[in-house]
Amino acid sequence: MKISPSKLISLLFFVFSGYYLYTAYQIQVFAFDENAPFNAKTFPIYLGFAGLVFSALYIILPEANPTNVDLKVLDYKKTIGLVILMILYGLTILRAGYFLSTSIFLVASYIILGERKWIWIFILSFPFVAIFMYLLHGLLNIYLRDPFLKYIGIMG
Amino acid sequence: MIEGILIGLQTALSFKNLMMVMIGCFSGTIIGMLPGLGPMTAIALMIPITYGFDPSTGLILMAGVYYGAVFGGSTSSILINAPGVPGTVATSFDGYPMAQQGKAGKALAIAAYSSFAGGTISAIFLLIAAPSLSLVSLSFRSPDYFGLMILGLTAVAAFSSKGNFLKAMMMVVLGLMLASVGQDTLSDIPRFTFDNMNLSDGISFVLVVMATFAMSEALTIIFKANDPTKAAKQISLSQLGSIKLDKDETKKMVTTIPRSSVLGFIIGVLPGAGATIASFLAYGMERNFVNDEEKQKFGKGSVNGIAAPETANNAACSGSFVPLLTLGIPGSGTTAVMLGALLGFGIQPGPRLYQTNPEIFWSVIMSMYIGMVVLLILNLPLIPYIARVLATPRTFLIPLILFFSLTGVYLMSFNNFDIYMMIGIAVVATVLRLYDFPMPPLILAFVLGGLMEENLRRSLLISDGSWSFMWDRPLTIVIMLTIIFIVGWQIYKSFFKKKL
Repeated sequence: MKISPSKLISLLFFVFSGYYLYTAYQIQVFAFDENAPFNAKTFPIYLGFAGLVFSALYIILPEANPTNVDLKVLDYKKTIGLVILMILYGLTILRAGYFLSTSIFLVASYIILGERKWIWIFILSFPFVAIFMYLLHGLLNIYLRDPFLKYIGIMG
Repeated sequence: MIEGILIGLQTALSFKNLMMVMIGCFSGTIIGMLPGLGPMTAIALMIPITYGFDPSTGLILMAGVYYGAVFGGSTSSILINAPGVPGTVATSFDGYPMAQQGKAGKALAIAAYSSFAGGTISAIFLLIAAPSLSLVSLSFRSPDYFGLMILGLTAVAAFSSKGNFLKAMMMVVLGLMLASVGQDTLSDIPRFTFDNMNLSDGISFVLVVMATFAMSEALTIIFKANDPTKAAKQISLSQLGSIKLDKDETKKMVTTIPRSSVLGFIIGVLPGAGATIASFLAYGMERNFVNDEEKQKFGKGSVNGIAAPETANNAACSGSFVPLLTLGIPGSGTTAVMLGALLGFGIQPGPRLYQTNPEIFWSVIMSMYIGMVVLLILNLPLIPYIARVLATPRTFLIPLILFFSLTGVYLMSFNNFDIYMMIGIAVVATVLRLYDFPMPPLILAFVLGGLMEENLRRSLLISDGSWSFMWDRPLTIVIMLTIIFIVGWQIYKSFFKKKL
């Protein structure tokens, strides 16, 4: 039996709604609130049931407009590359600071996407981030903690 | 009302706010011009910046971005037949053929004048309608609000689903589920936090908007191997022709604009309908109104064919602010983002906004009009230059969108947990988009989640746990029946379409 990707997603959503509903029932409410007409778990319980109903309907009913996606034309390599890069960015931003991690993130993203104009890659990374940081500090008074810039004595 | 208008004008015409309108219109035009990046992305990217301003200034900036993005969408429709936003698809039917005849400047001018006129007329309607509706909506009670929110969600789901209503409803439920994460507002009991402190305040609205729109749109472009700027490289963006219109063309526009404005405004006020439907309906209506000779020109560069959808989509933009400002219930994804931003400023839109924060209420309305003027006198002459942004390679464009999204979220919390969560939501949203699961219903539901729970709580407590509140008042019954009709009709359509 072949199942369409949309139905598969709906099936996953059905399972997710079931788990959500289970978790909703586990929410601890105050004893005096247990039998109240409305407490902290009432709305989530309704949502869990709504999720189950809509996803079940989608799985059961025939698809009116099935979405066909040619999986062969999708660019997995670059997309996964960018996602990994963003995760690495998240890992480094607190340690290396905003300036260095953001600039390196931009350089690496341009390269992953196939850009090879090195002058533009440079302009739109380190100086660009520096100007952006200056705007944040100067105009919006938003302080960005940056251990690297502090270490080299640029930021206090 | 006159006093309110003067307060609004005073606020909107301050140097700072005028600058914001200009910056908003300009940046909105640039972002909206890029195919795939619509007003929601443009506004989402602006939200972190607006939190540094006072509410009026922030909202004025976002309103400018909204109009700029709609105008930018028309530009890419006309120049490269790649509408930046769905609301400008109808513009490309005649705008692109006219541009191919070497009259791109003229097509852009028709679009700009029509947008201006449509925006002006609808701003007047808004001036009249908003205060009146505010007074009427003071009589609304919790069950009515609860019903209106469900109506808004089902209507948005019905209109944005492209025939897949159940997919859209799943997105509504997912949005509400995401909104339920964090402490319960009344009892402070943690829900779905899994003992993680980062989740105790719930998921940030900016994070969800950025993830589902800006970041996921950027990832989708890469994933589908699309190059939105490819078409722009094939045309000369510096030689667009004259922007002057002759007498005959002006005459045609004069008849088209009033009727398209009225239609656009009414459609905009309706929950869920918005600019896309308004522009298509106006295009269809105009085709029926014109004589046979003019009808033949439709699809080949008709003046009426450009003027009608452009007028209607701008009028609908103003119209969509009516339910937001008067009821506090957004009727579209874009106004949902604006509502989220308003709540971020600590402002609850609704009937009392008109009385409690008149400067915000009126300055937003006034700035819309100023935004129109800015678009006409600044953006139109600059289009040959602004249009060059269409030629920005995606190799630079995509990383910069990701950069603004990541920075926007980092600036909100200064921790990397939010960055990981945003990446996770964006990846899921990218897969969902691939299979036509629409994102606007998710955002609308996420924004309305808290308000909906609050109104349901009040309704159930007042009626002592009985669901009779749904049919106690005639107004609530009408709302509920409309919801049942929409849901029933959409499910029926989904079921029988295959069999026919």
